[in-house]
Amino acid sequence: MEKLTKEQIHPKILETLLADTNITVDDALENEMVLNMGPQHPATHGVLRVLLRLDGETVISSVPELGYLHRGYEKMAENMSYYEFIPHTDRLDYLSPMANNVAWVLAVEKLAGIEAPPRAQYIRMIIAELARIASHLVAIGALAMDVGALTVFLWTLREREKILDVWDILCGARFTNSYTRIGGVANDAQPEALAKIRWFIDQFEENMDECERLLNSNRIFVERLDGIGVISKDDAIDLGMTGPSLRGSGVEFDLRRNTPYLFYKDMDFRVVTYNEGDALARYFVRADETRESVKIIRQALDKLPGGDVLLNQPKKVLPKKTEIYSRMEELIHDFMIVNFGINPPEGEIYSAIEGSKGELGFYFVSKGDGKPWKCKIRSPSFVNLQSLSKLINGHMVSDVVAIIGSIDPIMGEADK
Amino acid sequence: MDIKDLVVSKLKEKFPEINFETSEFRDELTVSFDKQNIVDVCRFLKEDPELEFRLCEDVTAIDWAARKNRFTVVYHIFTLKHNFRLRLKVPLIGSEESDWSVDTVTTVWKSANWAEREVYDMYGIKFAGHPDLRRMYMPEDFEYYPLRKDFPLMGIPGSLSLPKK
Repeated sequence: MEKLTKEQIHPKILETLLADTNITVDDALENEMVLNMGPQHPATHGVLRVLLRLDGETVISSVPELGYLHRGYEKMAENMSYYEFIPHTDRLDYLSPMANNVAWVLAVEKLAGIEAPPRAQYIRMIIAELARIASHLVAIGALAMDVGALTVFLWTLREREKILDVWDILCGARFTNSYTRIGGVANDAQPEALAKIRWFIDQFEENMDECERLLNSNRIFVERLDGIGVISKDDAIDLGMTGPSLRGSGVEFDLRRNTPYLFYKDMDFRVVTYNEGDALARYFVRADETRESVKIIRQALDKLPGGDVLLNQPKKVLPKKTEIYSRMEELIHDFMIVNFGINPPEGEIYSAIEGSKGELGFYFVSKGDGKPWKCKIRSPSFVNLQSLSKLINGHMVSDVVAIIGSIDPIMGEADK
Repeated sequence: MDIKDLVVSKLKEKFPEINFETSEFRDELTVSFDKQNIVDVCRFLKEDPELEFRLCEDVTAIDWAARKNRFTVVYHIFTLKHNFRLRLKVPLIGSEESDWSVDTVTTVWKSANWAEREVYDMYGIKFAGHPDLRRMYMPEDFEYYPLRKDFPLMGIPGSLSLPKK
């Protein structure tokens, strides 16, 4: 962090930062100063920049600055087919790429009016929940590291490694998976992968207990988060927060329950809520949610039906490779889909799933071509970050890192 | 009563002078109306005890690449009471740069703040009365609006200034 002078800040940002007073920044005798945090700062979880106006060590006001990772994904989506964009969704929330893949194909399927076979939907549900566990493990570990407990980070990453191994078997990639396809998933889940998932969920809860024991009985950890960054129920809804950050304020809002997609309505799980609304509550929500995810995965594995994992509708989704090589019609459809896209009907849809950070939604406007006319990514990190100023104002500088860690923003998603 | 019928009938009852156009696609309700009424309609939808659209999920815009009525601003709002999502659309009538503006809804939902900044950044649509209308992603001195259809995919060379040495 560095102290800034007036010349180093853009006038419009300065205006926002100094909205209610007329202090000058470069006067050393004043007891207020402006501090620059990020974009290269280990505790900002990526390239988030926050300008802090301080009185001593207390934050009086703050202005978050986004856009350091802006790659223009919405523009790119308008210029490529629905299939071509699947790998790009991996790069949105890069800690849970599988969930983004699922969100994208569910949106495209809604637009095209098709539905994947049940087995594919169950596999999607399993991988989306695994992605949630993987993401929450990083969130918990990084939050603990931000407030000084390094060991937990290593322990949660050890658990996450096992999930990445599952993804390695499942689709051949550990990070950028691109596993789902429109109308199903790329390949059936191998028996090895399913066995590994079952092994993982069987041993996970015990290991999670260990990680939690390290934190919950750690006085420094608890005291640094307890009562820090409190946001009330109404404020959290008004600021558009979703996901664990909202549920930490006692709002029972979870799209898996409120607007069920896939087969979540058949699953038995609890929507975790805590009423305190502080950083500690948001940590508790994440920790409990990993257990609920394990419950969902176990039920989904038990109920996993047989059958196809890819829709057999060559006019609407890519046909199987064996049929392309042996049948004329399928070859023609494959050529048309690869070159011109799937051409969903004219219309507009919004489809959202409960991602690990909150509501991850896609809004499409289709003019009937292979490319979306308009694609809007409603990313949870972007909207959750909006509450940052409200959360950190009035707290100490050292609380800022704890609060950023507790709302768990991923800049790849916030900056799109 | 179905929530869709409830929303439409309540809107028509409360604002008889406004012409609401409704459409449905894939079980989603879209309501379009004139931009002059956006704040009143939003405030009514949020505060009516039978509807309670308290969550503004998203504000975005569509560039139709047409000479007339080029832009449409789109709002997605959600009611926790009925678990229902409603889409509001306001077309910006006119072909001049000065027509591309609409009243802000930050007075109704605070979450519209950054969403509207993003729309301004990407499409150049002004939100009258917005408390802090700065660019969201692009640098302040960037002159173009990247999501407009006339902005090339490859970008414009030299449009992003390099840092001073």
